[in-house]
This record gives sequence, C-alpha cells and structure tokens, in this order.
Amino acid sequence: MLVFLVKRLLNAAAVMLAVGFLAFMIFRFVGDPVELMLNEQASQQQRDELRVRLGLDKPFVMQFATFIANAVRGDFGISYRNQQDVFTLIVERFPATLELVMLATFLSLVVGIPLGVYSAIRREKPLAKLIQFVSVLGVSLPSFAVGILFILLFSVSLGWLPAFGRGQVVQIGWWSTGFLTHSGRLALILPAVTLSLFQITLVMRLVRAEMLETMRTDFIRFARARGLPDSSVHFRHALRNCLMPVITVTGLQIGNLIAFALVTETVFQWPGMGLLFVQAVTFVDIPVMAAYLMIVSAIFVTLNTLVDLTYALVDPRLKQDAIAGGAGGR
Amino acid sequence: MKRSVLLAATAAVAFSGFFGVFQTQSEAKTLKWGAAREIASLDPYSFGETFTLSVLNHVYEGLVRYTADLKIEPALAESWETVSPTTWRFKLRKGVTFHNGNPFTADDVLASLTRVTHDTSPLKGNLPAYKSARKIDDHTVEIEVNGPYPLLLNDLTNIYILDKEWMEANNASLPTDSGKGIKGYATDNANGTGPFIIESRRADAKTIFVANPKWWDKPAHNITKIEFMPITSAATRVAALLSGEIDFTNVAPLQDLPRLSASPEIKVLQTNELRTVIFALNLKDKLFESDVTDKNPLRDKRVREALYRAIDIDGVQRRAMRGLSRNTGAIIAPAIPGYTAAQEPRLPFDAEGAKKLLAEAGYPNGFSFQMNCQSDGLVNEEEFCQAVASMWSRVGLKPNLSLGPRSQQTPKRVKGEFDVISFGWANEPMIDAYSILVQVVRSKSGSGGVFNWGNWGRPDVDALIDKAGVELDTAKRIAMMNEALMIVKNEHIFIPLHNQPMAWAMRANVGTMPQASDNKPRLWLSTMK
Repeated sequence: MLVFLVKRLLNAAAVMLAVGFLAFMIFRFVGDPVELMLNEQASQQQRDELRVRLGLDKPFVMQFATFIANAVRGDFGISYRNQQDVFTLIVERFPATLELVMLATFLSLVVGIPLGVYSAIRREKPLAKLIQFVSVLGVSLPSFAVGILFILLFSVSLGWLPAFGRGQVVQIGWWSTGFLTHSGRLALILPAVTLSLFQITLVMRLVRAEMLETMRTDFIRFARARGLPDSSVHFRHALRNCLMPVITVTGLQIGNLIAFALVTETVFQWPGMGLLFVQAVTFVDIPVMAAYLMIVSAIFVTLNTLVDLTYALVDPRLKQDAIAGGAGGR
Repeated sequence: MKRSVLLAATAAVAFSGFFGVFQTQSEAKTLKWGAAREIASLDPYSFGETFTLSVLNHVYEGLVRYTADLKIEPALAESWETVSPTTWRFKLRKGVTFHNGNPFTADDVLASLTRVTHDTSPLKGNLPAYKSARKIDDHTVEIEVNGPYPLLLNDLTNIYILDKEWMEANNASLPTDSGKGIKGYATDNANGTGPFIIESRRADAKTIFVANPKWWDKPAHNITKIEFMPITSAATRVAALLSGEIDFTNVAPLQDLPRLSASPEIKVLQTNELRTVIFALNLKDKLFESDVTDKNPLRDKRVREALYRAIDIDGVQRRAMRGLSRNTGAIIAPAIPGYTAAQEPRLPFDAEGAKKLLAEAGYPNGFSFQMNCQSDGLVNEEEFCQAVASMWSRVGLKPNLSLGPRSQQTPKRVKGEFDVISFGWANEPMIDAYSILVQVVRSKSGSGGVFNWGNWGRPDVDALIDKAGVELDTAKRIAMMNEALMIVKNEHIFIPLHNQPMAWAMRANVGTMPQASDNKPRLWLSTMK
C-alpha cells in the first residue's frame, strides 16, 4: 500500500511538472504582457526595461525553472494586471467556485439518480423515453447558450433571479460563502443549474445503464422470487449495487467541473477561479495563468489519486498488482 | 495638533453619518454601474489602462482635469503660469483634504510626481517631458520639463495626486513593481481628494463608492453611492440592464442597441469615439507574405491609392458597423487639436479606377499579401476586416486575412510581421494630434515611433513633428501638425476608415450624463432622478 502511495505521489509530481512545462511553452504564444501593461505613450526603452524586469527576455526554460523554484516555496509572484499576490488572488476566488461546483454536483445526484432509476425500470413508458430524449439535449447544448437562455427567462422576463454575481456573501475566516444570505442563495441557483445540466445527464445515463445491467443479474431474480416488494428490490438491492461507479465518476467529475466552470462563471460573472483565469488569458497575466494551471492540475491529480486509492482498497486484485510491482492503477 | 485633527475628522464623520441617516431615507441615489471589465487596481500608477484611470478619477484627481467637452480646467491647481519655456509654476488649491483628512499640500504633489516618474512606474510614459519638481511654498510648485513642451497640462490630467504621509505610512512611496512580485498597499486601498470615496471593494464582484461630503468642488451630481460591478459577458450585461439590476453601462453592445432603444425604460446615448480606425501598411523593402518577393508593391503610391479606392466605405458602414460609424478621410477625430476640415474628404469608392491604378503600377492581376486583424480589439474589427478583404479581392488583390485575439496578434504586429493591419488610435490620454504623430507616424527613434511597425516614416514629416514638439505657440504648433498630417494624407501612408461608434445605455432613473467622445463616464457631472 505504501509503495503504491509513494508511486502515485511521484506520478502526481511528474504530471504537475509536465503541466507546468507545457504551460510555459504555450505562454510564448499567448502574447506579450508588456504591450498590455504599458499604455500608448510608453517609449520603446521603457517597454524593453519592463520586459527585462519581468524576466521575459530569458529563454522559457529559464523562466520555467525560476517559476518552479519559487512555486516550491509557495511564492507564485504577483499578478501583472492586478498586482496582487497570485496565491491570495486564487484562494479568494476558490470558495466561489467550490460552492458552485458542490451545489451542481449535489443537484446532479439528487436529480440524476431518481431519473436514471425511473427510466431504467419504466423503460417502455413514454415519460422515460421523453427523459431520454431531453437528456440528449442536456449533453449537446453548450452551457453558455443555456446560461443566456436562463438569464433571459428568469431574470429579464420573470424577474425572479439575479442575472449575475454572487449576491451578498458572508466572510468566515478566509472563506466567503453565499449560502448564509438570501441574495447569495438566489444568486447560486442559475449558475448551479446551468453547470449541473451536463452532470445530471451523465449521472442519469450512468445509473440507467447500471440499473439495466443489475436488473438482469441473478440476485435480483432471487429477490423477486422471494416476493420482495418492487420498491425494495429496486432501491435497496439494485440501486445500491449501481452506486459505486456513480460515486467514482462524480468524484472525478468534480475536478472537471472546477476546471470547466469557467464558461458558466463568465456568463454569470461569478467571481470564481474560472473567471480569474479567463481574464488572465485576456491580459496575458502569466503568473496567474501559471498558478491557476498548477493548482487545477493539483486538484485533478489529488482527486484521481484518491479515487485510485479507494479502488485499491475496494478491489483486492489491484492491491496484489501494486505489491507485486505490476502495472497497477487504472 | 494631530490629535485635534483626528478628533475633528471623527466628529465630522459622525456628524455626516448622523445626517446621512436622514438622507438615505429621503433621497439616497445609488447608481449601479455595470462595466465591461474590472479595473486593474486601485493604484492609479499600476497599469497603463485608460479605463482604469477613468474610473479612478472619481477617487483621485490631478492638478488639472477635462470638462465634459474636453477642455482643460483647474482642479487641484488653481492657476498656473510658465516662468520660463521649461518651467511651469502651479498655484495649488487651498483647503483641500484627502479622504483620510490629511491636508493637500505641495509635498503631496512632489511625492506623487516622484512616484509616477519612477523607473518601475508603468505610467512613466504619461509624463514624458518631466525633469524635476520643487516646492516654492506649501501651495506653490514648480515643474521643470526637459525642453520646451506644449502638452504638459494635457499630460497632467492623468497624473493623480496621492497623499505623501499616507504613502509613507504604508510603505507605498514607490510604485508596485510586478517584476519584484511584492504586493503594494495602494493596490487595495485608496486615499484621494476626489468626489467619491471607496467604501468597499470585492474584485470581479462589486466596488462601492460613496459621495465625498467634503469635496472641495461644488458637486454637480446628486449621487450618494456608486456600485461598480464588472459584467464581462455582453449578453449578461444587457440582460442585467433590462432586468434593472444595473442602471448604467458604459459598454452597450452595438447589436443590442435597437432592442435597448425600443425598451421604454432604457435610454441609449450613442456617439463616435475619439478613436480613428485606419489600415496601416508594411512599407519596408519587402512584403511579409506575398507572391511578389523581389520588391514591395505597397511602396508605390498608386498601389496604396488603389487599395484606398477599392474600399466601399458606405458598404463597410452598413454591413460591418451597423450604420453607426462615422466615415472619415482623416486619421484623427474632429475633436482632437490638430484636425482641420481639409483632412476630412475621402477618396471616392472607385473599383474600376483601383483596377486601372494596379495595372499602371504593374500588377494587373493583383498580388497577395497578409492582413492582420484582431478579434477582440476594435469595435466590430472582425466584421470590417472581412468586408474590406472581400472588397480588395473584388479588384483582383489577394488579401490573406489572419484573425486572432489581441494578445496573440500584437506581438506579430510589433515585430512587423504583417502587410496590412487594422489600427485604432484615440490620442489618449493627451487628446492632441501630437500623440499619433510622435508615437505612430514618426520614424523610429529614441523617443518616438514606438508604433511605427511598418517603417512608414518620412524625413519631411519627422522634421515637422519634431518642430511641433517644442513649439509653445498653439497656433503655430497646430499649423505644423496639420502640415504633417496633410503630407500623410496626400501620400496615402495610411488608409483611413472611420471613427468607431460608442454607446452607453441607462435606465430611466438616470437623469443627465455627459458623454464625451473620450468614452469616459464622469459621474461627478451626472445626476439621477
């Protein structure tokens, strides 16, 4: 187990280094921050001097090495645009994104699982077919289009929900939460629903497929033969056996949601990490981009590692593999 | 002494707070402003961006300022005189206090000038002629410039004055250096003399400004509070305006203007910006990407004229600009000193003439060249570039349009890797034709021609620009600039297109709002119903 863990951690470090390296290679092509930092009246000499001060005249391998050396000490520098400490900047935005992602995940489970169960056990009913059809829409509609539609309907036409922002937030230590105020809760609804649409569909289809699979197995047939009521067979026996893959996928998807919430965040002006990143790209804010990519890849790697560890705990075959030094993991 | 000041300040705050209660019940006027982007920082010397500076102008002020019709008027300085061609003496306004209660004196001006002209200040270029400054007495300052320089006042409109004691107490006497990577105090805190005080700020969400009850000037506004909220997505911004979540936006998307105007609760203010859009050409020895490899056809005046005549500007206006741009044959807007009516006429649209000119120049079948445009730069840039590219194709040319975000296209432009670029210049913050002349038109040299990316400089024009740069007599200076601009025009160095449209939109509860062509909201001159 320890060997497995150490191996995973080394893997994680290698992945993050690779992400950073690729990022710095790409940064050479995203543009020149100096042209955006100085205004039209700055002379060529001032432009060159700033480039030197920022270390942008050095080859990218050097820039990367400096970045890693500082990052290891927890120093990500300051943003070119905001001139704020990058780490603080990201930490400030993190609660907004996490609250959004968590609510979206919660919604996807609460809505997706019952829908999935229903469409599996009543698969011939027209309603189940309708759900299947609508779920295709859920997968294929881009979230910015859905977001704008929601805003037009619920903010402009009906006037029920705010079109943008986080409402009033309450600061608890370094964490800012929107759950404790009325306006904060209202503001969460549209972005969370928008973000969760794809997730709901995913969970629903997964549950449906797993349920159909499980319903065909012997132990369900025996349960039925013993005369257990349908509800007990469906929910106590069948559904429980479906949940493992659902939980795994949901866990992995949290990383995805954090990384891809940026579209939803931009549409709703949700002051999270995604919005920060989009702005950083616009202004070629290299320190923010670099730190964001590293932090998101760290979240990904951590979630993946956790999932792998759970697998290893649950599935004895993997444990054997790992101990034998074989190709473990997934 | 200090203590009594503090006591007085506390009493004043308590007092105004007391009355504030009644005020909020009777006539609290909150303006909710939805902007297209967040300001970079609260530090006015942090990021050379016009928009950030224009927002911070509500909190910080310069020695002089622009009126609603872009004339320079006294602000923190009451009057000024030129003692010698290189020395300006400013009489400072008495009885002005910063938001923290500190009095405004000559020391604050000196400390601010030192800070803004420091080597690490991104705004150093905004005060190019500055040499030194000295204090005569508490309310008199002399600024020395490094040669006769006519535009010091224009430059000073954007140099905001910070409080010396406050900077020293918070270790912010020097500008924040992004290269060093340490955050400065002034980034998150503000202490100006202006009409509004920053009450709270949450970046990317909301910044709240409240009216400064002790502002030195008689307020023309009746706003008690401004809630500044950036909304990046244009569709969301429009929706927020329609739903009443914001009262005002200074960036109303052109395609939504008909819809906004149709709503009875919304007013649209639309005019043309100072920014003039032109095509600039690669006039180096060779084209960057072309089937003509031995020489540069664009160096032939006939070819440039053909490019010019091939543009159906009314078509561009109709198709790409939704009829909202102002077509022009000048490279500066009418509001910019240096503009004359003689610069205005365009060459008429004449596709046949263009073909003939190309044939005369030896390119009857046209030639190919690369055209660099940005997807997020000027107003509808993608659209007008595509429109013009197709017009050029129609006369036999083969433009190869490269489109990309500003951050990617700029480095290519700076390196001269283009044959034609779309280019916009507003002459801000100077609001004088000297800006485009020295930065864009002039040949590259130590201090000028930073944006001369295509080697389009000419010695005769350079000489005129340099002469205008040291001429203190306004009439003579304008004549020189006009002469230079006329040479540029007659030689078709650039192909002018239009002044780009700008639009603000506000709900019916907003009363007056002066809209100048520099596209800066001046809420201290605005009222609410």
